[in-house]
Amino acid sequence: MSKKIISKIQGIAFNFTSMLFLTLATILFFFPFYWIITGSFKSRIDNMKLPPIWFPLNISLESWESLFKQPAFNWLFNSIFISLFTMILVCFVSTLAGYVLAKKRFIGVKFIFGVFVFAMALPKQVVLVPLVRQVAAMGFHNTMWAVILPAVGWPFGIFLMKQFSETVPTELLQAAKIDGCNEVKIFTDIVVPIVKPGIAALAIFTFISSWNDYFLQLIMLNNRAKLTLQLGLATLQGEFGTDYGLLMAGATLAAIPIITMFLTFQKSFTQGIMIGAVKG
Amino acid sequence: MNKIKKLSPQARETIVGYSFLAPAIFFFLTFVAIPIITGMATSMFNYTQKKFVFTGIENYIKLFNDEIFIKSLFNTTKLVVISVPIIVLFSLFAALVLYEKHPVVRAIFRGIFYLPVVTGSVAVVVVWKWIFDPYNGILNYLLLNLGVIEKEIQWLGTKEFALWAIIIILITTSVGQPIILYISALGNLDVSQVEAARIDGASEWQVFRHIKWPGIMPTTLYVVVITTINTFQCFSLIQLLTSGGPNYNTSTIMYLVYETAFKKYQFGYANAMGVILAVVIGLFSLVQFKIFSSKE
Repeated sequence: MSKKIISKIQGIAFNFTSMLFLTLATILFFFPFYWIITGSFKSRIDNMKLPPIWFPLNISLESWESLFKQPAFNWLFNSIFISLFTMILVCFVSTLAGYVLAKKRFIGVKFIFGVFVFAMALPKQVVLVPLVRQVAAMGFHNTMWAVILPAVGWPFGIFLMKQFSETVPTELLQAAKIDGCNEVKIFTDIVVPIVKPGIAALAIFTFISSWNDYFLQLIMLNNRAKLTLQLGLATLQGEFGTDYGLLMAGATLAAIPIITMFLTFQKSFTQGIMIGAVKG
Repeated sequence: MNKIKKLSPQARETIVGYSFLAPAIFFFLTFVAIPIITGMATSMFNYTQKKFVFTGIENYIKLFNDEIFIKSLFNTTKLVVISVPIIVLFSLFAALVLYEKHPVVRAIFRGIFYLPVVTGSVAVVVVWKWIFDPYNGILNYLLLNLGVIEKEIQWLGTKEFALWAIIIILITTSVGQPIILYISALGNLDVSQVEAARIDGASEWQVFRHIKWPGIMPTTLYVVVITTINTFQCFSLIQLLTSGGPNYNTSTIMYLVYETAFKKYQFGYANAMGVILAVVIGLFSLVQFKIFSSKE
């Protein structure tokens, strides 16, 4: 009996220490987020103070004013434009392809799927250098399409949509065909409604990764007005190294829209990560 | 429409299939397949803004005599060997503890651990740069006041500390996804087995060792492989925090590829580095596919 009590006490002690450890760890994860928001509302002088002002009481808009002396609205617009069009194109291309890869049997379908699988195993970053030359040769380097179109080529979305399309009952498709539905109608009226949760997950996943795809943006865009928020912020870091208020305001502007989006669609997003893991 | 109806069902399916696949094939060929092929081909050229001369495997021979490349390869390996185990163990530990908690508590913690991923490297780096700032930063201020150090340390400018500073940030931006995966894997375990073992008097360690650990093995393998692949490609933290410095002591292969191609304009040489990195990462992926297919 006493052995049981001891092990119970050990259990409680272990539980308490591990929760304490995790709670302390969350500080490291939450702090940057807290610090950019509060820092963006502190004056330049307050941001330089040591010990730092942990809870800002004197709200100052100084940093936001100097941020908007930069082309920050352009950057915001570009980030939204790029993420939005990447999302739309990826969803469109992947839903079409995922459906036929899951549900149609025809010559070459296995081969094509095999090629996609093989390409997925290759690291995306490695093709970026030849990709820049390719995009330059096609004449749209330094435009937003240079960031959007290459992201559509990556087959991750096709995998995700293939997984979701497997759940469409084959009998339903056959019945529709017997009723004389054409292929486009079968796709739009039967397949799309069933795989909608998959499209939602893919949409939000693509939007967030496109928003944060710093490397691709860095090598494709270099005109100051054409930058994204991530690039703009990186440029400001180079130019205004220790003007932390300005940098915090920029970081806040880059992070808040995407965090809001993440929190709103957290469920879809998490689902996307999990299904992507099954065969990713 | 009439024309299609006259075709055999198999031919019809093929035409329909390729029509639906056409956009995917187009984007894939243009932006993935062709760059892969040209990348591999041009890695055998002395290819700069002015030159384009076939040199065979000369770039590859040069690579393995290039001190900076060897240094970057070493740094990349060091980054992987140190941070991957920490990331995997931390995520597993966090998931095991949080899984037993109330769903709301679990969701809050999971969200916070994912926060740096969503916030984005560039925004997160702004704060860490301030933390490590030698004169205006919090870390030196605290250590000086506590008497741990006597004068300011250049955290990002000193060989001994810079890579460690990067590892800490890398960990905070990497555990979010593994934790989500582990929590969902634990949710898929057979609850009755765990309960039966507990009733039989098994300790929590035994339950973990004999039921949970084997059950989440596929997730562990997946997490190890994606974390390794991502760490091998570590770029933005390096570029934003140290630019590979001091004296290439934090340079990774991916950073060196970037510098070689876009600062020095040696495209062929950069592509050769890219191919080496792809081969290394490809081997890891191969191991993953092998292990997965043998399990299923």
